Amino acid sequence: MRSKSTTLTERQATSLSTCSSLIRLAAIGVVLLSVAAAFLYLGGWFSPRALTPARFVDAFERVDGIHSGFRRNHAKGVGVSGFFESNGQGTRLSKAVVFRTGRIPVIGRFSLSGGDPYVADAPDTVRGLGLLFRLPDGEEWRTAMVNLPVFPVKTPQAFYEFLFASQPDPQTNKPDPKKMGAFLAGHPETVQAFKIIQSRPVSSGFENSTYNSLIAFHFVDANGASVPVRWSMAPVQPFAAANPMASTQGNKNYLFDALIASIHQHALEWRLMITVGQPGDVTDDSNIPWPDGREQVDVGTLELDSIESDDASPARDINFDPAVLPAGMAPSDDPLLSARSAVYSQSFTRRAGEAKEPSAVTPSEVRK
Amino acid sequence: MNTSTTIQGRQFPASMRLLHWLMAAMVLSMLGVGVAMVASLGSYHALVSFHRPLGILILVLVVVRYVNRRFSALPPFPDTMSSQERSIASASELLFYALLFVQPLVGWGMLSAARYPIVLFGSLHLFPFLPHSVMLYAVLRKTHTVFAYLLFLMFLAHFGAILFHTLIVRDGLFNRMAPWRVRSIVLPGSAPAKE
Repeated sequence: MRSKSTTLTERQATSLSTCSSLIRLAAIGVVLLSVAAAFLYLGGWFSPRALTPARFVDAFERVDGIHSGFRRNHAKGVGVSGFFESNGQGTRLSKAVVFRTGRIPVIGRFSLSGGDPYVADAPDTVRGLGLLFRLPDGEEWRTAMVNLPVFPVKTPQAFYEFLFASQPDPQTNKPDPKKMGAFLAGHPETVQAFKIIQSRPVSSGFENSTYNSLIAFHFVDANGASVPVRWSMAPVQPFAAANPMASTQGNKNYLFDALIASIHQHALEWRLMITVGQPGDVTDDSNIPWPDGREQVDVGTLELDSIESDDASPARDINFDPAVLPAGMAPSDDPLLSARSAVYSQSFTRRAGEAKEPSAVTPSEVRK
Repeated sequence: MNTSTTIQGRQFPASMRLLHWLMAAMVLSMLGVGVAMVASLGSYHALVSFHRPLGILILVLVVVRYVNRRFSALPPFPDTMSSQERSIASASELLFYALLFVQPLVGWGMLSAARYPIVLFGSLHLFPFLPHSVMLYAVLRKTHTVFAYLLFLMFLAHFGAILFHTLIVRDGLFNRMAPWRVRSIVLPGSAPAKE
């Protein structure tokens, strides 16, 4: 029988010398430090030059300043609401509930690109439309689209560099041609994209603009079959060309005021057009348009009948994160999608905790 | 004839050990994914999509684990632990349970306050349980980070303590929670566990 005292004696016989104890103590220290270092490594602490969501949003803040409570990009905007009337045509492409025949409430936000919430409206400033579809089963679909036919850059890193290259020089109020030249020299894909962007006619206002997802996604049908898609909101309102002089005529909110006036006259409508990709069409490059002649499916009509100042709209407190997708839609391998989701989230977190300053388009301006 | 009759009582019950190691792996993954995703652009979406359902699973498991613990017979502390060390161990266990319960709730709560959809997988999602308030979101978002770092520091302390007992005190304390069945734990000087 092994007694308690035997065990104790045995242990004492093998008890550690002071030196051995210290070595073991040091080993424990090394193990703990390594674990802590691994944790910090994962958090990017040892790669201070790597591009992170925080550094991306820092860049927006450096270019456009910090405006308390506002989005770090697409800062100037108004909230809208209405509904999406699905015609059922989308169900053959995707099992998403949003495509079943019926009406789904939508809230959205029209915006101008850039981090300055008080910027003067101008015809060439990129126009954005963020939408949130509330599906009857509690799911959501969010999308953030712009009126560009392709994205000017291919990767998050290129976008980051592009931000600084296109920063207006305080002297001339235009991008420094040397910086932009250097950027374009290293990014021929952006030169190509600009050709496409500049060859399209710009419409007169928010209400007759086409808004594009740019990024490709996958639609998954009820049988699990997947197709690459891109989508657009095509305006029912007739096209009219932008007046290049409009921004010099004194009203800094002329684009928003025209939107307010037209939505008060009648509900504005867009057709949700799904472009169906073919095998071989790029899904990881928003920089490149798909070939002409791809199948287009009209899946329903977006009707926006109500408008509110950012100050009063629930849209202000929503992050139109393009990675929020219902079952039946899936992200593609486009690196910009995850990056946008990350950067939007960082921008949302920063502005969430800030005092909300009044927006450029005031509640009284929006009233009928 | 020998002490093996009392040995079984000196290991934590199998259900407690299983939950301990399962949750240890999950919580460490969560901490790693959490700290990586906030610094990531390319993998952000994939990591968040993993982080959310795993957090909710931890919330469920910590409740199961707490109930299981209440109804399990625990092995006594070894005599190599001073009364002070025992109270620290008990307090830190309680704090671990509290954090593992509250941290997923803060995560769920902050998504609720921001009105992010709380997607688990496919069309399965949770309801928001807080009002839509971005200020509330901002506070909870910070709290989530602070609690995550606190959890990580507590893990380091716990890991350090067990290494100390294993390598320096050499009292076989680890065997009490070892994932495998230990047939002969010799805890020197400890009284035989009550049957």
